[in-house]
Amino acid sequence: MTALFENLAALLIVPPLMPGIITKTKAAFGGRKGPPVLQPYYDLVKLMGKGAVYSRTTTRMFRLGPTLSLAAVVLAGLLVPLVRASALAFPGDAILFAYLLGLSRFATVAAALDAGSSFEGMGASREVAFSSFAEPSLMLAVAALARATGGFSLSGMFGGAIASSFGAGLVLIVGSLFFVLLAENSRIPVDDPATHLELTMIHEVMVLDHGGPDLAFILYGSSMKLLLWSSLLVRLLLPFVPGAEGWAVWSLGIAAVAVAIGVVESSMARLRLIRVPQFLVAAICAAAFAVMLTLK
Amino acid sequence: MSPTSRFRTLRNGGAVELAAIPVVAVEEFRASVLRAAKAGLRLCALFARPVEGGTGLCSVLADDARGFLYTLFSEPTRAFRSLASDLPQAHLFEREIAESSDIAVSEHPWLKPVRMGFPDAAVFFRESGDEVHEVAVGPIHAGIIEPGHFRFQCHGETVHHLEIQLGYQHRGVEALLAGGPDRRCVFVAESISGDTAVGHALAYCSNLESLAGARASLRGEALRAAALELERLSDHTGDLGAMSGDVGFLPVAAYFGRLRGEFLNMLMALCGNRFGRGLVRPGGAAFDLTNAMAEDFSARLARARTDLNAISGLLFESASVLGRFDETGVVSRQTARDLGLVGLAARASGLDLDVRRDHPHGFYRFRHIPVVKIDSGDVYARAMLRHLESLRSLDFLEELIADLPRGAARAACPAPRPGRFAVCLVEGWRGEICHVAETGDDGRFRSYKIVDPSFHNWPAVAMAMRGGEISDFPLCNKSFNLSYAGHDL
Repeated sequence: MTALFENLAALLIVPPLMPGIITKTKAAFGGRKGPPVLQPYYDLVKLMGKGAVYSRTTTRMFRLGPTLSLAAVVLAGLLVPLVRASALAFPGDAILFAYLLGLSRFATVAAALDAGSSFEGMGASREVAFSSFAEPSLMLAVAALARATGGFSLSGMFGGAIASSFGAGLVLIVGSLFFVLLAENSRIPVDDPATHLELTMIHEVMVLDHGGPDLAFILYGSSMKLLLWSSLLVRLLLPFVPGAEGWAVWSLGIAAVAVAIGVVESSMARLRLIRVPQFLVAAICAAAFAVMLTLK
Repeated sequence: MSPTSRFRTLRNGGAVELAAIPVVAVEEFRASVLRAAKAGLRLCALFARPVEGGTGLCSVLADDARGFLYTLFSEPTRAFRSLASDLPQAHLFEREIAESSDIAVSEHPWLKPVRMGFPDAAVFFRESGDEVHEVAVGPIHAGIIEPGHFRFQCHGETVHHLEIQLGYQHRGVEALLAGGPDRRCVFVAESISGDTAVGHALAYCSNLESLAGARASLRGEALRAAALELERLSDHTGDLGAMSGDVGFLPVAAYFGRLRGEFLNMLMALCGNRFGRGLVRPGGAAFDLTNAMAEDFSARLARARTDLNAISGLLFESASVLGRFDETGVVSRQTARDLGLVGLAARASGLDLDVRRDHPHGFYRFRHIPVVKIDSGDVYARAMLRHLESLRSLDFLEELIADLPRGAARAACPAPRPGRFAVCLVEGWRGEICHVAETGDDGRFRSYKIVDPSFHNWPAVAMAMRGGEISDFPLCNKSFNLSYAGHDL
């Protein structure tokens, strides 16, 4: 029972810290001080205290979007091993995890289309197109891990005992998942979360019309999604750290992933939009090779 | 008959008696402009001017190979048959004439307002079809930039056509200057486009001097050239930073931003304003550079050169950046020539044009600056050209500051003489700034025409987007970085 509460605390409290660390890392690279690490929390508090403005052209879907999206991510978060292995784990929960994230995306996209603006339509089209390239790598990575660990739940696969012969496969899966993490969380080189250029955005443009608590839900939900993906990566590598279970190592791991994202964002430019599928196909290939390695 | 025999010849920065400029019937005016343009001359300005008994036309063409300017007036007229189908350079000029004067332009391929047609009233080119969609952006943008309306016809992510509607910054600059010169005029000239304060003030002051038959002091000319190059450096490095930011390469954007500050601080030290306002005044420069300051500047320029090379290295050696810059937003050499592009955008498309060399005026008569051109016409060319031109400007500045002419920074500049006509071209950082002034019998401006380089170059942005991806538009637009205010006047 304590494992459930510990995970719940991590799931609800830690997420906004990640964008804070990423921004701080990028600022350090740019020779700037940057906003405080806790700034995303202040932003959330500020947004929650605001009212919301709704366009007359929108329907109930527009208002439902952010709430539904956040709810789906929280549910998905309950299945993911965070500080401890998930208390609600069951065989095959990886499939439910993928579909809950899909539901969350559907809610955001439907709300964006509901606004009826041409930008948001473009953003929605891009988001859906790219996520259909990201999904196969997750499924293939899960398949490879299922064979390598013999587990069928996320908690079993991530953080379980991986066969020692699986070294190369693990490298491929970590690489593939990191690529998908960047794509799913609209980071450089796929999307630029800092841009103000509405024609180039993917995720950001879909939420242009949301404000106040709705925007807070969206920002909170996307930072939570980032935490979930990062936690999967961290848990995958935990067995290699002696005495690893617990807050200290997990938090350090999450912070390390955030710094790594910040370093990637500082050291390369964004891809041209038509090149993004190629980037994601590389992730699919890596995961597919990992599956092949488990079949020998 | 030579193609320019109808025209009055003059040099950049020169003035002639109004009476010395031929006035011909409008059909002959049209044929002469067309013949001169076919012979390779470039249209610098084409505008309506008030004359006794109505409105006449005036054209200024440039022969860049020989360094001459040619001008011609037409008789008062109420109608003008468009040149745009034969001479695309004239397209926007004719729309401007139709909008701002009582001359009706006929047979124009796309006659709509330049500055007065806001999106809810204007007609836009439209594609039809099930899979074609229209995207409208602006005039209010997500970032803090100037207002402009962009209408894209897209097929998926591919842009088939872009139409640009400006005019939101129209302040009536030419009308404010007409009736001058007065104490306000030079400030108006400095605010035509905020990032080209030195360039426009220089063109204005040169016209004032040539109308008066006066000359600026030599030291003043040198200081003006120094300020113009500092302005070029600050804008070029600022743009390189902005382009890095647009592709999400943020550290380099921050480094370029810092470097831009160095150049702005030098302008600040020179005249007390980071954008060089208040420096260029009729007769020379309002502020002088002391020897101690000159030594300090030399050291700062040397440091800036090291930094520029290091930061540009980070930008141009990054594969992910080159992947975005290469082959994005291509303007072919033929298109550039047809549209009459000027300045940086023209040189990035392989045209060998630079007012500083082709029509030298002011201190550029004594000290030369090599012209750089690149043939690829894409975003990379426009970025690389900014870097290379900055290096040339640094060379020029270092030599200039080490060897400034002696004497006063400013000479006396009397009032303009009546009945004269002056043209001044200045190579601002974007390209050719053209100011055409004309004094009436009382020695006051009867008309004052301004052509900002942006006016020539905006159509190139639309052409660069054809067949490109809509997500590349912000980068492409930034690579030109044209002025909305300079276009709207």
